[in-house]
Amino acid sequence: MTTLTDAPKESFRPSMLLYDSRYRAITIQIVALIGFLTLFGWLINNTAQNLADLGKEPSFGFLGESAGYDINQKLIDYQNQDTHLRAAFVGLLNTLLVALLGCIAATVVGVLVGVLRLSHNWIVARLMTIYVEMFRNVPVLLWIVFSMAVLIETLPAPRDFRGDSPEASMLLNDSVALTNRGFYIPEPLFSRSLGDIHLFGASSLRFDVSLDLIAILSTLIAGFLVSGLLVKRANRIQAATGDRPKTWYWQLGVIVVPTAAILAVLGFHLGYPELKGFNFQGGTYMRNSLIALWLALSLYTAAFIAEIVRAGILAISKGQTEAAAALGLRQSRIMRLVILPQALRVIIPPLISQYLNLTKNSSLAIAVGYMDITGTLMGITLNQTGRELETVLLTMLIYLTISLTISSVMNVYNNAVKLKER
Amino acid sequence: MKDVSYVRTEMLPEQDPPASTSGVIGWMRQNLFDGISNSILTLASLAFIYWVLSHFIPWFWSPTWSGGSLNQCREIVAEAGKESGACWGVINERWPQILYGFYPQELRWRPNLAFALMFVALIPILFSMISRRMNWFLLALVLFVATLFVGSGWLLIVAQIALVAAMVWTGWQIVTINGADRAEQIKGGAKRLPNPLFFTATYVFLMPWLLWGGSIWAPIATALGFAVGWLAYRLLSPIIGGLGALIVAIIAPVIWWLFLVGPVAAGINAILPIELEPVQSRYFGGLLLSITIGVVAIAVSLPLGIILALGRQSDLLLVKWMSVGFIEFIRGVPLITLLFVASFLLNVFMPPGTNFDIILRVIIMATLFSAAYIAEVVRGGLAALPKGQYEAADALGLDYWKAQRLIIMPQALKISIPGIVSTFIGLFKDTTLVSIIGLLDPIGLSNSIRADVNWNGIVWELYGFIALLFFIFTFSMSRYSMYLERRLRTDHR
Amino acid sequence: MKKSVILGALTVAGLAAGAASAATLDDVKARGKLNCGVSTGLVGFAAPDANGEWDGFDVGVCRAVAAATLGDPTAVEFVPTTGKTRFTALASGEIDMLARNTTWTFTRDVDLKFEFVGVNYYDGQGFMVPKELGVSSAKELDGATVCIQTGTTTELNLADFFRANNMSYEPVPIETNAEAQQQYLAGACDVYTTDASGLAATRATFEDPSAHVVLPEIVSKEPLGPLVRHGDQEWGDLVRWTLNALISAEELGITSANIEELSAGTDNPEINRILGTEGNLGEMLGLDAEWAKRAIMAGGNYGELFAKNIGESTPIGLARGLNAQWKDGGILYSPPFR
Repeated sequence: MTTLTDAPKESFRPSMLLYDSRYRAITIQIVALIGFLTLFGWLINNTAQNLADLGKEPSFGFLGESAGYDINQKLIDYQNQDTHLRAAFVGLLNTLLVALLGCIAATVVGVLVGVLRLSHNWIVARLMTIYVEMFRNVPVLLWIVFSMAVLIETLPAPRDFRGDSPEASMLLNDSVALTNRGFYIPEPLFSRSLGDIHLFGASSLRFDVSLDLIAILSTLIAGFLVSGLLVKRANRIQAATGDRPKTWYWQLGVIVVPTAAILAVLGFHLGYPELKGFNFQGGTYMRNSLIALWLALSLYTAAFIAEIVRAGILAISKGQTEAAAALGLRQSRIMRLVILPQALRVIIPPLISQYLNLTKNSSLAIAVGYMDITGTLMGITLNQTGRELETVLLTMLIYLTISLTISSVMNVYNNAVKLKER
Repeated sequence: MKDVSYVRTEMLPEQDPPASTSGVIGWMRQNLFDGISNSILTLASLAFIYWVLSHFIPWFWSPTWSGGSLNQCREIVAEAGKESGACWGVINERWPQILYGFYPQELRWRPNLAFALMFVALIPILFSMISRRMNWFLLALVLFVATLFVGSGWLLIVAQIALVAAMVWTGWQIVTINGADRAEQIKGGAKRLPNPLFFTATYVFLMPWLLWGGSIWAPIATALGFAVGWLAYRLLSPIIGGLGALIVAIIAPVIWWLFLVGPVAAGINAILPIELEPVQSRYFGGLLLSITIGVVAIAVSLPLGIILALGRQSDLLLVKWMSVGFIEFIRGVPLITLLFVASFLLNVFMPPGTNFDIILRVIIMATLFSAAYIAEVVRGGLAALPKGQYEAADALGLDYWKAQRLIIMPQALKISIPGIVSTFIGLFKDTTLVSIIGLLDPIGLSNSIRADVNWNGIVWELYGFIALLFFIFTFSMSRYSMYLERRLRTDHR
Repeated sequence: MKKSVILGALTVAGLAAGAASAATLDDVKARGKLNCGVSTGLVGFAAPDANGEWDGFDVGVCRAVAAATLGDPTAVEFVPTTGKTRFTALASGEIDMLARNTTWTFTRDVDLKFEFVGVNYYDGQGFMVPKELGVSSAKELDGATVCIQTGTTTELNLADFFRANNMSYEPVPIETNAEAQQQYLAGACDVYTTDASGLAATRATFEDPSAHVVLPEIVSKEPLGPLVRHGDQEWGDLVRWTLNALISAEELGITSANIEELSAGTDNPEINRILGTEGNLGEMLGLDAEWAKRAIMAGGNYGELFAKNIGESTPIGLARGLNAQWKDGGILYSPPFR
């Protein structure tokens, strides 16, 4: 666009900074910036002065000192002689673990409950309503403490498994033990293991990656890719001829057979937990704190997700279902091809914020003694070193990074779904 | 030709539906047992309900209301011949503490009154179908009930008589003139009662005075700050122009609040002392603490959130970035880290020597927290407004602030009310986190109570009671919010 | 409600809590209240009763200081603190003194810049196990699951102990004593470790205390005492000598029952000096002559406080042990009042 006439050239007067809309925007922004910088500088100045008065130099040197405390749940190796940074790293991984597990479980339960709330079965629909209202309206902190108490009080202690006629027994052919200390489940073992890759040497961020896991995962991914190609081919043939070749056994085959083969090559077998001494030994040990937190977070978030899913499904007008039925689609296909793609578009954005909430709520882990980043860096480390400023800011930064990463990844997905809108 | 076709000329009487589709059996067949999978679901649900209730009710039904300690409860339960039972004695002894914390017993009418008045103040905002007459009647009623608990004195009797008179007058009007007639009268130019929003505005200053006590002149002087700003604008705008006056109207109250409120209030108080016994915020505890933090934080964060939302929508890049940065930062970190900031760092950020008490610091951080969420809610409201509204405002020649004030905000805020209510519910639930930094909210108090030798070892009774308290509040609020959403939706159809 | 709350409360807060660096005694006197940091709740040491009145052994020390300084044992504001928030609260001036079973350690004294004024309870970290486990020594706990209270020195001591004995263990960190107790009773941990006093207090409230034993090993020294900020020696002296007055009072036989009688004057010059009938010790502290008398009358002497809150006649039932007077075989030893 071109302007018809040039604006009359006026000489610049200071009053134009306020009254001329061209300059006013700049003036306001500069004033805002100055205000912001002044505030920020004032805060920093105060902080520096206060810390100097207290005789504390802001420094992150404490991260390199020996932590001195033990952490029960660690996804990577850690001893109490490791550094505070290492302890924080262990905590971070624990945060991510419970957030990931929680998001998955919350989605599954939430979708299930959301669908069941729309069920024709009166009693099921009512039960689900009660569930949703109960969980949504009571603080999540209470639920976390509650579920811990339930686990502790209702499940048998390991000592109940002992003796000739024990009060409790293991499940599934002696492979799973549910105790109030947590769940012991069989662990995958490899007799011809490929070993680990050690990343980052001996630093605090050292990290072992199991080559076995990489091998299995890459086989699985390759299998899925091939099966995807099979589906594409089937689509092509269907488009060309109208007949869709049956592919499901091929799909299953290309995934299952190579995976089974690689498992056999690696000598895969299960290690079972056994009661030895005070505790069960062997197997994978999921601590009660993890389970309580996981349970509470996912049930709490699932109540919100259920409402989101229900609203999403209700948002699709009945005409869509009827039109799809008129086209002769089967019930399952109506759901998969017509309802869900549309509902997802309504569901995904609030779902993302629920995932974010769950991740942030996982910081309440300290209530049950789950050693996440709040429990290590902002918990015991803060308490032992007295470095409030550094630990709290670092923790905030870490959470901020996690949140921004989740929301940007999810936004990418959201945009991908959105593109189909016409 | 003879027509052989037969047409029935009269209707057959309607037949009862088959027994299997009507009545209880029919309902059950339709809703509980249609199909195998549904029947299994129903039976499983029934079994589940039975299992829960069969464990819960015997435990719950335990005659331990008068138990003075956990051991006494155990004895009572054993005498009743049961294996386990709840120990309700702890609730009997401690429920006032869980509700009010350490708020002085003889002053508890003040939070009660503040709470009751809050409802009256919120009526014009939340329940627009309640008439003005009804609103003022309710206000008089609440105040009258409050006077019964305060004490005695001739002033009080005068106030009581005045309140009764007000109640009788408005009550008489409510009873004798129905809504439609009244609407006719108003159309005909009858004088209306003052808008109850005046009371809402007053309440904003009344509530802190009731809760924290002290001289009445402090809130009044604070309120005067707004008058100062308004006056400055009115007086100066003809002289130095609108924008200059606006700037003065913003700066003048700030100066007033920062430097003059204290001396002015103290000065007037020296001449005419009207005081309530001050209560320091560390006496706030239990549910009172949760409600105070929640309500104050939401109320303060509303204007902040609106400014942030406008900033986020602004064309000014820098302003926009700062708003976005603030909102995303706050929303990206858990509340607990902000509470740690309140507990550990806020004093460090302030000039040396400043010392807020911890509850004030928590309120500050909770306010910043909810401001970010309110900003997003308001942004949603702004986005939901049709573009035509903005364009119409522009077409009328309104400037930015006038357009916002007269056209955009009233509509956007109305759409946002359900969102604001759910933000409040979320914040109210999240106030339980303050127990982690050592404040005695209901959950914090439950730990303190269990540190009493008598009650050491009690778990479910306290948690259950607290959960019930929260449930009552948040459930009713969420019902209200749903009702509001329904009403707003019909408004737009 | 906006600014009014902030400003209103700000003025109140500003008046209530003065600058941290100023003379604390003057602040306390100007305020008319002592701000004393206590635990959010620890059986026997600090807990609010149904009326919101705080009670306990640590609370008794606060009340004694308030009585000495302000003449009124009820002129105390109790500020509940957690293991994490206590030091910040003290450093920032939010509280004047901290009486929250805090262990006197080098780093806290030197690095965190606090001044421990004495020891009001000699404690040590111990272990409690159910009797049916058949464990008689902490050295047999290899592989055990151990419940610990976080926010204390406990987790460090525990790590040291197991490392020194080359044993493995599974730590279960728990925020509050109440929850730790719940986990321990349900068998979610084999062992509960915290200060021995806490173990005894916890065990006393069990349905069947005899089914649990406290193991003989005490793995750490935990001298618990009140502390104040670095840099205000006068205030530190005041709190220190109030505590010493309580201890000396027991040693010299001054009790809340006979204090009126004794303050008429006795043959023992030290009693006279403490009770202010002789010398001018109070004046040196910046107080009047009867400061110690009021401190002792607030809740009784050290022995009375002990017996009333955590002693053998209470459900907690702690023996005096190390906390007996030096003459009775303990290590409680107050410097002379001279």
